[in-house]
Amino acid sequence: MQVTLIDAEPNPGGVCTFRGCIPSKALLHAAKVLDEAKHADAFGVTFGTPTIDVGKLRSWKDAVVKKQTGGLGLLAKARKVTYVQGRASLLDGKTLSVETAKGEQRVEADYIIIATGSRPTTVPNVSIDSPKVLDSTTALELPDIPTRLLIVGGGYIGLELGTVYAALGSRVTVVEMTDGLLPGADRDLAAVVATRMETYCEAILLETKVTGVKDDQKGLSVTFEGKHAPSGPQVFDRVLVAVGRRPNSAIAGLDKTKVKVNQRGFIEVDGQLRTAEPSVFAIGDVVGDPMLAHKASHQARVAVEAIHGHPTVFEPRAIPAVVFTDPELAWTGLTEAEAKKQNIAVEVAKFPWAASGRATTLDRPDGLTKLIVDPETERILGVGIVGSGAGELIAEGTLAIEMGALAADLKLTIHPHPTLSETVMEAADVFFGESAHVYKPKKTQG
Amino acid sequence: MKLPELGENIEGGDVLRVMVNPGDAVKKDQAVLELETDKATIEVPSSMDGVIKEVKIKAGEKVKVGQTIFVVEEGAAATPAEAAKPAEAPKAEKRKADVVEMKPAQAKPAPAAAAVAPAAASTGDGGASIPAAPSARRLARELGVNLQDIQGSGGGGRISMDDVTAYARRLLSGGGGGARPAATTAAALPDFSKWGAIERKPMGGVRRTTAHRLTQAWQTVPHVFQMDRADITAVETLRKRLSKNAEADGRSPVSITAFLMKVLGAALKKFPQANSSVDLQTEEIIFKQYVHIGVAVDTDRGLLVPVIRDVDTKDIGQLADEIAQAAEKARTRKLSLDDMQGGSMSISNLGSLGGGPFTPIVNWPEVAILGVSRARMEPVFVDGEFVPRFMMPLTLSYDHRVIDGADGVRLLRWIVEAIEQPALIWLEGS
Repeated sequence: MQVTLIDAEPNPGGVCTFRGCIPSKALLHAAKVLDEAKHADAFGVTFGTPTIDVGKLRSWKDAVVKKQTGGLGLLAKARKVTYVQGRASLLDGKTLSVETAKGEQRVEADYIIIATGSRPTTVPNVSIDSPKVLDSTTALELPDIPTRLLIVGGGYIGLELGTVYAALGSRVTVVEMTDGLLPGADRDLAAVVATRMETYCEAILLETKVTGVKDDQKGLSVTFEGKHAPSGPQVFDRVLVAVGRRPNSAIAGLDKTKVKVNQRGFIEVDGQLRTAEPSVFAIGDVVGDPMLAHKASHQARVAVEAIHGHPTVFEPRAIPAVVFTDPELAWTGLTEAEAKKQNIAVEVAKFPWAASGRATTLDRPDGLTKLIVDPETERILGVGIVGSGAGELIAEGTLAIEMGALAADLKLTIHPHPTLSETVMEAADVFFGESAHVYKPKKTQG
Repeated sequence: MKLPELGENIEGGDVLRVMVNPGDAVKKDQAVLELETDKATIEVPSSMDGVIKEVKIKAGEKVKVGQTIFVVEEGAAATPAEAAKPAEAPKAEKRKADVVEMKPAQAKPAPAAAAVAPAAASTGDGGASIPAAPSARRLARELGVNLQDIQGSGGGGRISMDDVTAYARRLLSGGGGGARPAATTAAALPDFSKWGAIERKPMGGVRRTTAHRLTQAWQTVPHVFQMDRADITAVETLRKRLSKNAEADGRSPVSITAFLMKVLGAALKKFPQANSSVDLQTEEIIFKQYVHIGVAVDTDRGLLVPVIRDVDTKDIGQLADEIAQAAEKARTRKLSLDDMQGGSMSISNLGSLGGGPFTPIVNWPEVAILGVSRARMEPVFVDGEFVPRFMMPLTLSYDHRVIDGADGVRLLRWIVEAIEQPALIWLEGS
């Protein structure tokens, strides 16, 4: 099959590689080194106050992005994928017009896959036209280290960037409309992140919202309202608006096809990611939540298989989500909150990391591994982990769910000692009341 | 009109021929459909008088008992012309409303072409509540089977790829989802198209049943093959004389199979363990008080094994007639399922086709089968010299669970001796 890839960037990569996962993780790595160096004081290793060369950090982060996207460009070339840099509009379900630096180029195809991604949501009266007001894209460009930074939105993007800027030395305030950080994650897991966030943020204002932002000479004057709203306007050097992302579905010429866009702006697709126009497929952020790169790649696989006539369907049992805060928070499959909401009977087994030898050697007992288990079949329905490196541990949970594993399967699988992965096995032991490191009376056999 | 009950254990079959067209008047009990079931071809009779309004099936399709096969306007007097009259219309409509529409057939493996249609594929596996690995789910989609219908063999009901394959095979065999044990599971086949062009053809009813039954027999029965040769020089002379007499009376010639059947009838009396079945569930052996013997018949549709009843009470002429009739019925598709059940032991005679000895597979739940090959003139060393004798190779295949090796050889020796000295039949075998 002949493939043409169209993107406005000089190389493939998309939102994730250019303006999301990759640059943020590069900066978070720097943040982690800073934090660990500081933390080392506790066990007698003291470093001097670090000096931060923002320009060098920025170019290192840019180099990481360039390496990744350049690599993708080479891979595309090696696979004989024609790369067209430009912006495409649809002429019909099989024809595209691409605006390139060299003028208009027409591309005809038997099938088209739309993967236009998403962009940050703006908030009226907050996302004002000022260079001091950032969104996730501009915040990742690391313009400077503001003395005082306000983050609007306590979701994963806000907290990840908050972690970066706090580590670099900013005094960070987080304002969140709901009553807790990281909505969507189970509260017991989010609480572990919140406790630590509180130690390096200046303030976390829950059930509070920003009513206005004004750019005056001194900085940004921000007014609040809500439960924890400061009494008067507060001045910040920069404001980061991170309240969510919107699908990029306003594609020129989409109205010349039968493709349907729903009220929330997502392109409607069937189980094979096919739109109402039979030759047009859509994948990734533009078709719905969760807006995660790994979901998009899996959908791409399904769409391509469908195009080749395979009877394939997008039907994951679990899509892992990872928040790269410190500590990390990850979950996959059913959450406890979702089970409650859907009235699904579950049993929850929790293993606190204070009982993990590995967590103790890392001096990071602030973690929790929990299993959401079907009480009848003892099948694993969901896994939630908070703690250092949780993002690397969650894959086992996803595999367990996809394979239909039982709590006993996790219990009876030998996990390497001493690692944090043992907490998954130990949580299964807790489920059976058999954990060596957490005392809980044994389950009575029914 | 729905497909009526056709006999015990007949769930349906392949439509061979539709014998009526829309507009045809039919009478009760008139044959309307030719159906190929597991091993017999059946003419399905009309269950009512009336006029065929609509034919709901066509040749090559599978139908199940209870499925609507025709829409019929009842009443012998009705003709198509009358039915079309305006005055008759309300009546006709009412009748139509009474017709129960075809039940959605059990999830059948959709042909590949249908499976790729997004509508079919996007129904997916029927919900996230069924435990099955992504690979097993993918296989189920590709085979067009529904995970909901599959009983998982793993912990918590987890469905493995083997479970999916086994289920699909059972569906293909026409046995319905849960009917057959998973004994006929086979390993996945390679993609033969990698090596050149291939064509896939569905098995016919007989081939399907044969494939499943032989797989089951081979997996269930620990086989031993005992070989020997019988000197049929004398019996052949006798057989020729009997045949001449029989033909003079307008009866079937006496075949060697008829002789062997008579011998086996006596042998089973003397060796009752060869006339038994093994019930491993209860750890019992079922001894049969009757002597019915199956005879393998080669037909254009495949192998059929009609059973001749009460062999021990019949004379050779009667047996020859019955064998000839059964073979004729098998070839003209007139055998019923009942005609092929309840055997004590079977005979497979390939002698007419030539070739050397072979090892037949026991027709489970029977425990023994006699394989017969072409007899040849051979030099046999008798009383200090070689004499030409007409020697027939025989193989006794038996179920070692119930017949010990010593008994096996004793049984075959007895058969050989009875062929050579038929007096043994009435001296010992009754």
